[in-house]
Amino acid sequence: MRKLERARWRCRRGLLELDIVLQRFMDAYYVKLDEAELRQFEILLDLPDNDLWDMIALKKEAEDMRLQPVLHLLRTI
Amino acid sequence: MTTSKRKFDAVIVGAGGAGMRAALQLSEAGLKVAVLSKVFPTRSHTVSAQGGIAAALGNVTEDNWHWHMYDTVKGSDYLGDQDAIEFMCRQASEVVYELEHFGMPFDRLESGKIYQRPFGGQSQNFGGAQATRSCAVADRTGHAMLHTLYQRNVQANTQFFVEWMGLDLIRDEEGDVCGVAALDIETGEVMLLQARATLFATGGGARIFSASTNALINTGDGLGMAVRAGIPLQDMEFWQFHPTGVYGVGILISEAVRGEGGYLLNKNGERFMERYAPHAKDLASRDVVSRALTMEIKEGRGCGRDADHLLLKLDHLGADVIKARLPGIREIAMKFAHTDPIRDPIPVVPTAHYMMGGIPTNLYGQVVAPYKTGPEEVVQGFYAVGECACVSVHGANRLGTNSLLDIIVFGRAAGNQIIEDLNRHPHHKQLPADAADKALTRLDRLNNQKDGENVAQVSDDLRKTMQAHCGVFRFPDMLRQGVEKIEEVAKRAGHTEIRDKSRVFNTARVEALELDNLVEVALASMISAEARTESRGAHARDDFPNRDDDKWLKHTLYFSAGRRLDYKPVRLKPLTVDSFPPKARVY
Repeated sequence: MRKLERARWRCRRGLLELDIVLQRFMDAYYVKLDEAELRQFEILLDLPDNDLWDMIALKKEAEDMRLQPVLHLLRTI
Repeated sequence: MTTSKRKFDAVIVGAGGAGMRAALQLSEAGLKVAVLSKVFPTRSHTVSAQGGIAAALGNVTEDNWHWHMYDTVKGSDYLGDQDAIEFMCRQASEVVYELEHFGMPFDRLESGKIYQRPFGGQSQNFGGAQATRSCAVADRTGHAMLHTLYQRNVQANTQFFVEWMGLDLIRDEEGDVCGVAALDIETGEVMLLQARATLFATGGGARIFSASTNALINTGDGLGMAVRAGIPLQDMEFWQFHPTGVYGVGILISEAVRGEGGYLLNKNGERFMERYAPHAKDLASRDVVSRALTMEIKEGRGCGRDADHLLLKLDHLGADVIKARLPGIREIAMKFAHTDPIRDPIPVVPTAHYMMGGIPTNLYGQVVAPYKTGPEEVVQGFYAVGECACVSVHGANRLGTNSLLDIIVFGRAAGNQIIEDLNRHPHHKQLPADAADKALTRLDRLNNQKDGENVAQVSDDLRKTMQAHCGVFRFPDMLRQGVEKIEEVAKRAGHTEIRDKSRVFNTARVEALELDNLVEVALASMISAEARTESRGAHARDDFPNRDDDKWLKHTLYFSAGRRLDYKPVRLKPLTVDSFPPKARVY
């Protein structure tokens, strides 16, 4: 399974804001993520678009604190 | 490359609100339904619809479907088909209550009734006081709709093919549609999905513009497939723009910024809206502001190295007001324009938002084309709904919150029509021997291309050409050059090359295939726009500033064979009520 390619396709979303942020994230950080961070990113990708965008745009906090490190990267990119 | 084959009663391409509403109707009737989607269904672009769904429930102020019909006809600048508009507005209340019954969590009034909010273009009494017609789920109406419909479809055993892309329509010798060839993005496998009914609900294609509010998936795939199969596209010159999108990315900056006192500047620091709209200034209507931005850029007063954008200033509002009232806008500006509006202005351009044109259908979702003996012959086995279709309820300009209504009313209507048609045609037609050829030829060409064009480069040139030559305000010389330029881009798109030939999740291949569809949408739009020598709704020309009902009260049809245009009359006669004759559109 080509993990990176799969993740790259799953960054295609219904909201343009997410398309752009996730694409930047893939280019800048994805290959540097460790196993735990990769799992966090997968969990974030499975969220509904609006929930994920609200977390990135600081309108909402993640309930699962373990998601914070990757979420922080998404917020600052 | 091997192609497998599967048989369904109905195949639906696209799992946004339109596709899922139709699928639900079919699955609940016991039919075997496949729904293909490039992305997980609840991540379809319907999710970005915030405003609501229009229906004259009259829960807040008195309302009436006939008033809604009037507003929609007028909003369409009289290009909308009045039979389809009556059909949609009459059914609005019923489909909203049905969604409520499905479990869609509409906001409520204290009385327990569905909450409604006012929206631009909605009136009482045929152009009178503001109506309050949009039913909403906070600012997440599309999101709530998608989730509700997805759950219901899962219960009804709709079979989803997630991360699948439609490649080409299968038509037999008689011109009947017998299914679709599709690509499994995960494995690279091509499959023929044979069906007695094929429905396209693939959404819009505003990715043909550099500045667009549409998600990246909105590449007009259904339109590309239809055109390659000889089906015309209708009214493709009509694209709705928002005046302020973030320069470079297109993301929407809402009118709220100008409502709070923000204003636009050109490179000389001039507040130029004062020249175009001395009274309303920056709060003039969307089309007026969009045209003013285009004029400033065209006359060399744009900002930046390429003098291709304007600035939206709001720092004078003060940090406290910006933080309190416009936090979402500030976040978007910082993230996507890399400016903090508390200190610096936001670079903006008009951004493409909605495609009024599409695959021509009647009000039952059946695709109609002048391909046998009549001008509006039903293409057997083929249906289209939602933004990819042109019914036409939006005509030359769509009203806010009518798009969610469109997808639900016509999604359901197409479902009902398919059930009826399948009762009459209980057997699958035989697939033609060359069913897979068109799709496989495209894939083989792409795999074997040597010394070809770069997909990203050609896509970028396509978008720049559309933005510059066929944007919100159109000039005759630019349109003429635009036709030549876009034909040149189309030629290059026929020689694209991808370096990565792997099969599994090959995004590069998908993007090359999407480009084939963008090219068709762009050609149809540019050629249709160049020919229409009037201004109507969203199609605004510098050389023909007025609407011309004598010559142009008609729908455009674009055929890819010979890149030819034809026209057909607007259906001015509603189903039961009197026609609304064209008059000047003043608000």
